[in-house]
Amino acid sequence: MRAQPLLRVNDLKKHFYIPTGLFGQETIEVKAVDGVSFDLNAGETLGLVGESGCGKSTTGRTVLKLYRPTSGNVFFDEKDITSIPGEELNKLRTRIQMVFQDPYASLNPRHTVKTIVSEPLVIHGLMKGAELDERVKELMELVGLNPSYMKRFPHEFSGGQRQRIMIARALSVNPDFVVCDEPISALDVSIQAQVVNLLQNLQERLGVAYLFIAHDLSMVKHISHRIAVMYLGKIVELAGRHEIFDNPLHPYTQSLTSAVPIPSPKMERKRQRIILKGEPPSPANPPKGCVFHPRCPIARDICKTEVPQIAEVQPGHFAACHFAGTPIQDT
Amino acid sequence: MASILKVKNLVTKFHTVDGVVNAVNDVSFLLEDGETLAIVGESGSGKSVSMMSIMGLLPMPPAKVEGGQALFNSKDGPVDLIQLPYEAMSDIRGGQIGFVFQDPGTSLNPILTIGKQISETLIRHLGISGREAKDKTVSLLAEVGIPDPTLRFDAFPFQLSGGMRQRVMIAIAVACAPRIVIADEPTTALDVTIQAQIVNLFKELRVKMGVSTIWITHDLGLVAGLADRVLVMYAGQILESAQVDELYENPKHPYTIGLLGALPRLDTQESKRLVSIDGTPPDSTILIHHCPFAWRCAHAFERCWNEKPALTTVGEKHTVACFYAMEEGR
Amino acid sequence: MANKSISHGADSRLEIESTFKDRLSYLGRLLWRDRTGVVGILIFTTVVIAAVFAEFLTPYKPLDQDLYASKMPPMWEEEGSPEHPLGTDNLGRDMMARIFYGARVSLGVSFFGAIIAAILGVVLGAVAAYVGGRWDEIIMAPVNLVLSLPYLLFVVFIASVLGSSLLNVILIFGVTNSPIFARVTRGEVLKIRESAYVESAISAGARWWRVLLFHVMPNLVGPLVTLISFQISAMIFYEAGLGFIGLSVPPTVPSWGNMLSEGRRYISSYPWLTTMPGLAIMYTSLGMNLLGDWLRDVSDPRTRRSGR
Ligand SMILES: Nc1ncnc2c1ncn2[C@@H]1O[C@H](COP(=O)(O)OP(=O)(O)OP(=O)(O)O)[C@@H](O)[C@H]1O
Ligand SMILES: Nc1ncnc2c1ncn2[C@@H]1O[C@H](COP(=O)(O)OP(=O)(O)OP(=O)(O)O)[C@@H](O)[C@H]1O
Ligand code: SF4
Ligand SMILES: [Mg+2]
Ligand SMILES: [Mg+2]
Repeated sequence: MRAQPLLRVNDLKKHFYIPTGLFGQETIEVKAVDGVSFDLNAGETLGLVGESGCGKSTTGRTVLKLYRPTSGNVFFDEKDITSIPGEELNKLRTRIQMVFQDPYASLNPRHTVKTIVSEPLVIHGLMKGAELDERVKELMELVGLNPSYMKRFPHEFSGGQRQRIMIARALSVNPDFVVCDEPISALDVSIQAQVVNLLQNLQERLGVAYLFIAHDLSMVKHISHRIAVMYLGKIVELAGRHEIFDNPLHPYTQSLTSAVPIPSPKMERKRQRIILKGEPPSPANPPKGCVFHPRCPIARDICKTEVPQIAEVQPGHFAACHFAGTPIQDT
Repeated sequence: MASILKVKNLVTKFHTVDGVVNAVNDVSFLLEDGETLAIVGESGSGKSVSMMSIMGLLPMPPAKVEGGQALFNSKDGPVDLIQLPYEAMSDIRGGQIGFVFQDPGTSLNPILTIGKQISETLIRHLGISGREAKDKTVSLLAEVGIPDPTLRFDAFPFQLSGGMRQRVMIAIAVACAPRIVIADEPTTALDVTIQAQIVNLFKELRVKMGVSTIWITHDLGLVAGLADRVLVMYAGQILESAQVDELYENPKHPYTIGLLGALPRLDTQESKRLVSIDGTPPDSTILIHHCPFAWRCAHAFERCWNEKPALTTVGEKHTVACFYAMEEGR
Repeated sequence: MANKSISHGADSRLEIESTFKDRLSYLGRLLWRDRTGVVGILIFTTVVIAAVFAEFLTPYKPLDQDLYASKMPPMWEEEGSPEHPLGTDNLGRDMMARIFYGARVSLGVSFFGAIIAAILGVVLGAVAAYVGGRWDEIIMAPVNLVLSLPYLLFVVFIASVLGSSLLNVILIFGVTNSPIFARVTRGEVLKIRESAYVESAISAGARWWRVLLFHVMPNLVGPLVTLISFQISAMIFYEAGLGFIGLSVPPTVPSWGNMLSEGRRYISSYPWLTTMPGLAIMYTSLGMNLLGDWLRDVSDPRTRRSGR
């Protein structure tokens, strides 16, 4: 029997209502996140991948209750974040942190590095004065930044360095769980590796759990223990990282793994690609039945009417497809 | 194989208030007939600027092409694109050389239908009638995989998704059967599954039309399945150039080795840490008289700080600009 | 590996011991770099000194008439005299004294007008942005209406209804200028609130007041200070405009606008009666514009280039 997971997300939904029409009299419902469930254990990394607009960021934000969920629960350490009072939630925020995608926009341009890194500590009144200074120095060293840069402003740093500042800030309060929303997408290849290694080293030393959001499958595979694949607001497949690549059950995952470029010309020449037709539909107007059916190479009639539920097809391997595991004929 | 484009000693600078930006520093390369050449490098390494210099697309000022040649084997014999007068250049652009930009959102005219934008290119360069141009446009749209091409002829760019717009850009680029297509990060803004579609489209067109392609990207994974030959750019210079298999199996430059090590491998089971390259690329406003990678290089020795390494042949069609690699190769 | 502090490529700077000469040349470079600011401040200071110390800078009072010495040209003209360096007007009042005392009106009206406008506008804009919904509409509808009117016409209308007095002019400028502050504030606040760094502060546990105090306000100061200095410059013009058609302060008060208005009749025979106040207006608003430009740059750490 495994210990209780650190985080348990249960049928989480977040729908946005966007006013339209000349006077905003009508609303469009955007089902950005539509019934997402997963667990995350302490010290574990769960990768969340999917195409642009499929609801990855919204999932991360709703889990942190930066957005109020439409329905569903998020249990952190057995406490339901969605319903606990604001006071208690704010205390919990010392244990949950977030690293944002854009290292240029997520740091206040008017604050010095010291102010930025120490803000969570100050907000929660955990430290001040010399102790705070010491802690900021320690954190900067931890993420590989020269502590003498404390008084500098964000624009004086490169993208990778800013992402380190963001990570130092997130780690300042010793969180158990960090949501990393595309922390490396805006960085160059040679810098990405610096940040990924840093995140991994910190996990080893401090035992933080990550929800690692990205669209680069190969990087997600590298850093995650398990991977969840999202499509149009839903998790369509969830399994261990090797399992997802070696034995993808959902046709979308199959095409995704076959489309990831491999940095080896020999292997690239040997590969069979499954190239999907069309593009993902808009979450404002999702298809009936299985949301993937218009692009699915193995779809049959039932897929157009019945929504496939996510099920544990093999031990620890979940998929939401009526024909999970059916191989796709080469197209 | 004959070469179709020969770039020699290209130097481009930007004269800005903050100083002179050395964007392209003495770049030379060949594009052979029918070949796909990939230029890889990090953001700011000068990939776009070197191509735009050749195509005369840079805003001047602040930009200035301070030297070099770009000999293009045009239909009417060889010409130097750098010296070409504006009129002649715009005949070649979009006619004999097509261009696909990174952001399909901003490089299409938002107030013209896509059909109009494509047929105008055809009328301008091929001198055909409007009716002919329309027929040809519809068949081009079909060719680049746009469903219902007759209907889409009248669509405006905003009515299309990013992937569709990129297909339209490609249709414009190949409309006049160019000899060269230059694609500047054509898939960077797109999702993996759409990227796979576009890459596939390029491969098909290449077989069909036998066009030579220059593909700019920072994604070494993508290059592996796409290019015949690869140039690695850094700080406005070419550090290494080789056939694609050779580059991946036998990279010589410490930077190339670093880049390849920084990529996660999908083909192995055990997870080692990625090899990271410490530090950041140099400030482009200083003129570097030594190896531009020396600051970040684990093998740098005295000579690397005193001289600039020139591209030297180390194998068949394999050149590298690194003193360490050269000594090791001997 | 990750703990190794990373090298900084070409960015690394050498620490050089600074000598007195170094520091002097550093100061020189600073001044040269911020030359627009320096000129702006110089202009601004001279105007303020002229206004504040008018009593000591000129022996005349602005209303002292000396009909024997009326219509004297400035001293650099043939008939001029150093006793009235800028000449005298049709009633023999000393031009320089009138311009110095007039600066009090121009500066006073534009300063207090801008301050009132800023306070009013910032509160309105911040409430509209922060409370949102109904209140946003209730506040922004009149704001947008006022902004769509031709400004000078609107002010002329109100001024003619209310009648001319110093307080009235200040209040009119304060109220009619507040919409632009409201709009800018609302826009900036919305932009800042949507920004990733605010989201990051909220995810770290910051309450709304902390966000307002530590993230919204500091990022608002730059645009507002800049706007204030541009508005001051504009109001100096508008005050002169109102004075020109006799709707500013009462004619007994020396103001640049009133001087223009009175000098108008003599514009062909005694041109200095209009050019002198005209130059004063141009000089002051140029200074405020330069100052505004510079403030915009220095208030933002991203454009505050280092002196190195
Ligand atoms: N605040 C919002 N109001 C309305 N709609 C929103 C909002 N945030 C996101 N959406 C919509 O919800 C959907 C999911 O967005 P989300 O940002 O979660 O996607 P994502 O998977 O993170 O994409 P990306 O890879 O581009 O970051 C999109 O269609 C988006 O337009
Ligand atoms: N208009 C401009 N003014 C000044 N400098 C410029 C301008 N355009 C480009 N540069 C500079 O020229 C250098 C090379 O830029 P270039 O756009 O070629 O990079 P790139 O390799 O295409 O990068 P990316 O991958 O980000 O597109 C950079 O240092 C850049 O800052
Ligand atoms: S030339 Fe020297 S510094 Fe440059 S990459 Fe080679 S070994 Fe490194
Ligand atoms: Mg996102
Ligand atoms: Mg570019």
